[in-house]
Amino acid sequence: MKQTLTGDEAAAIAAKLARVKVISAYPITPQTIVVERLSEFVANGELDAEFIKVESEHSALSACVGAAAAGARAFTATSSQGLMLMSEILFVASGMRLPIVMANANRALSAPLSIWCDWGDSMAVRDCGWVQLYCENNQEVLDLTLQAFLVAESLSLPVMVCFDGFILSHTTEPVDVPKQREVDKFLPPYKPRYVLDPKKPVTMGPMGVPEYYEEFKCMQQEAMRAAKEKLVKVGNEFGKRFGRRYKLIERYHSDDADVILLTMGSLSSSAKELIDRYRARGEKVGLVKVRSFRPFPVRELIDALEHAKAVAILEKDISLGSAGALFIDTAAAFINVEKAPLMLDFICGLGGRDVETLQIKEAIRAAARAAESGEVRKAVRWLGLREKLVGLRV
Amino acid sequence: MKEAPFPESLVAPGHGACAGCGCILAMRQALESLGKNVIVTMATGCMEVVTTPYPWTAWRVPWIHVAFENAAAVASGVSAALKSLGKKGVKSVAIAGDGGTADIGLQALSGMVERGDDVLYICYDNEGYMNTGIQRSGLTPFGAWTTTTPVGKVKRGEDRPKKNLPAIVAAHGAPYVATASVAYPADYMNKIKKAAAIGGPTYVHVLAPCTPGWRIESNKTIEVSRLAVLTGFWVLYEIENGKLNVTFKPPKRRPVADYLKMQGRFKHLTDAEIAEIQRMVDGQCKRFGIE
Amino acid sequence: MKLTAGAVITEPGNAAQNKTGSWRTFRPAVDTKKCTGCGLCSVYCPEPAISKGKPAKIDYDYCKGCGICANECPFHAIAMVPEGEG
Repeated sequence: MKQTLTGDEAAAIAAKLARVKVISAYPITPQTIVVERLSEFVANGELDAEFIKVESEHSALSACVGAAAAGARAFTATSSQGLMLMSEILFVASGMRLPIVMANANRALSAPLSIWCDWGDSMAVRDCGWVQLYCENNQEVLDLTLQAFLVAESLSLPVMVCFDGFILSHTTEPVDVPKQREVDKFLPPYKPRYVLDPKKPVTMGPMGVPEYYEEFKCMQQEAMRAAKEKLVKVGNEFGKRFGRRYKLIERYHSDDADVILLTMGSLSSSAKELIDRYRARGEKVGLVKVRSFRPFPVRELIDALEHAKAVAILEKDISLGSAGALFIDTAAAFINVEKAPLMLDFICGLGGRDVETLQIKEAIRAAARAAESGEVRKAVRWLGLREKLVGLRV
Repeated sequence: MKEAPFPESLVAPGHGACAGCGCILAMRQALESLGKNVIVTMATGCMEVVTTPYPWTAWRVPWIHVAFENAAAVASGVSAALKSLGKKGVKSVAIAGDGGTADIGLQALSGMVERGDDVLYICYDNEGYMNTGIQRSGLTPFGAWTTTTPVGKVKRGEDRPKKNLPAIVAAHGAPYVATASVAYPADYMNKIKKAAAIGGPTYVHVLAPCTPGWRIESNKTIEVSRLAVLTGFWVLYEIENGKLNVTFKPPKRRPVADYLKMQGRFKHLTDAEIAEIQRMVDGQCKRFGIE
Repeated sequence: MKLTAGAVITEPGNAAQNKTGSWRTFRPAVDTKKCTGCGLCSVYCPEPAISKGKPAKIDYDYCKGCGICANECPFHAIAMVPEGEG
């Protein structure tokens, strides 16, 4: 049934449909509505779960770890500073192989303080061993959150579902909400691989001495690799049941394109509209959208991009001292591939800066020029930067 | 197959605690009182490290370690899970050292108590960050040598009094708060039982010596713990729904010097410094109605 | 040996495979004539390595030789002797 929902609401409803048993979350803009809605569901008796009114994000995720270890389906949500505060436990949760699902409303990191959208928060923790999925719209927020539970629990890997703060979290869109009984058929109750239970005592979280630590990390990497297949499998099943199929990436008019835009999240919607206009004029521009950033879809991106002459990467993040994370990983994917496109990195939309159509056009033009000349003069650029304010030409 | 040694003990021997460790004794005694229907959440620290180097575990109960500062939060999550799954008769128990409780762990503990979560929290207090090499904590007593409060020309040991953690927990309105000592096992185990039986946040704070940290011989652990109580340095009491009950009053309180002189960490103290500590202890005993 | 996902240890109390008795330089010797079986030694033994009984029974596989038992025995029934003697 179609409802008009904000991204936050969609995440909350997905958690409700997934019949989460323990929610422990701390409010932070722009995730607050996720937490508020879930409190309402619990208060009304619509969701039979324990809502732990934790006193910080560090405790929020810690409580989820305890809950998941004790056998309950656990969920949390956060953004930005909250994600940073719980970052210690992100690594612990994945190292302990607990299938926690988290909604992250992407928000820029302090300092300076910002409540507005960019991917700096989730990118800062891209190494933490959580599956990271990026949503284009609120339908994807709901759908990917539901799928996250199935992926997480079958692989014993935590999953974070990222969606643009304010742009998606607070914007109303029509979302098809599946029926509870259909979700129940898709997502069975949580069956933990190991559980804290006096009937069968286990020890969780021991010290990993040098003789074993590396092997444990290798096992996590293997689980991430297996996640690629699992995401596609689950995305397929979801498609069969609910009519919307999901893969690791999405191609939009890219198969014959000379210039391809590569991006994630809500930027994809803006890009798609622009590409329709180019195509209407007969210009071969396309889009590849990354949905799963971790595990990084190396094979899929090579297949989708290798024929192109130039790829313009649009990303709302920068690994300071290097380049944008999406650019870095995409470039690495192609490093030993003979036929590789030229790549240009466009840092844009930081701290909630609006990414205008004109700016995306600028990126396409720069990529087209590179395609023609066969060289890239400057790999990393800033879109929409107010150069006068910094006294630099970047 | 050979039968497990001491099968009735929920902490198995073969762990790496120091010879004479007061803390592992506190663990063993607590679990004896609690029984096997518990889920133990433990903070990073001596007890966690010496009992669980992969692939070995000394624990015969379900046990989880997550991080240093969040035992209370994890245990709250365990308690919520048990409730949400309708699992009755299993108690969520959080255990942490003085470091993981009074300092870095204080926020999580405060949240747990304020929310009224059904968790028994046990703080084993060896008065320092012992696992990392005897650094001071907020519960290191006044005058004590530690590696971060060393004795030199300008500074002479810890210059701050011991943070009153049981009072802080009681001020949150926790239904049951108690102090204990490994030298008074019946008192300690009784308090553990009482605390565990209450549905809600309860707190037991057990003084447990560290032989290298306190600079005592390994055979003196119980003797020094006893003296802490007999000198009024450490008072055994409970606060039940706000009402104070001193569970042991030393019949003839001994001078605190008897306690201090047993420990190398206090050997630098002058008579004047010992007198100052005596004044602090006198004040404390007056508040607890101990003569 | 195969590692478990998340380093979970599934055999409770398997630390018992580590015979910490090798740590000792002194060992407790129980004078069977003086021991009354009060059990205080077993109450205070950290490991645990003492079974309550008359006389108390020390498990030398695990006893680290800390000497608490000897120091606490109200009947002075335990003496710490150098390892290799008694």
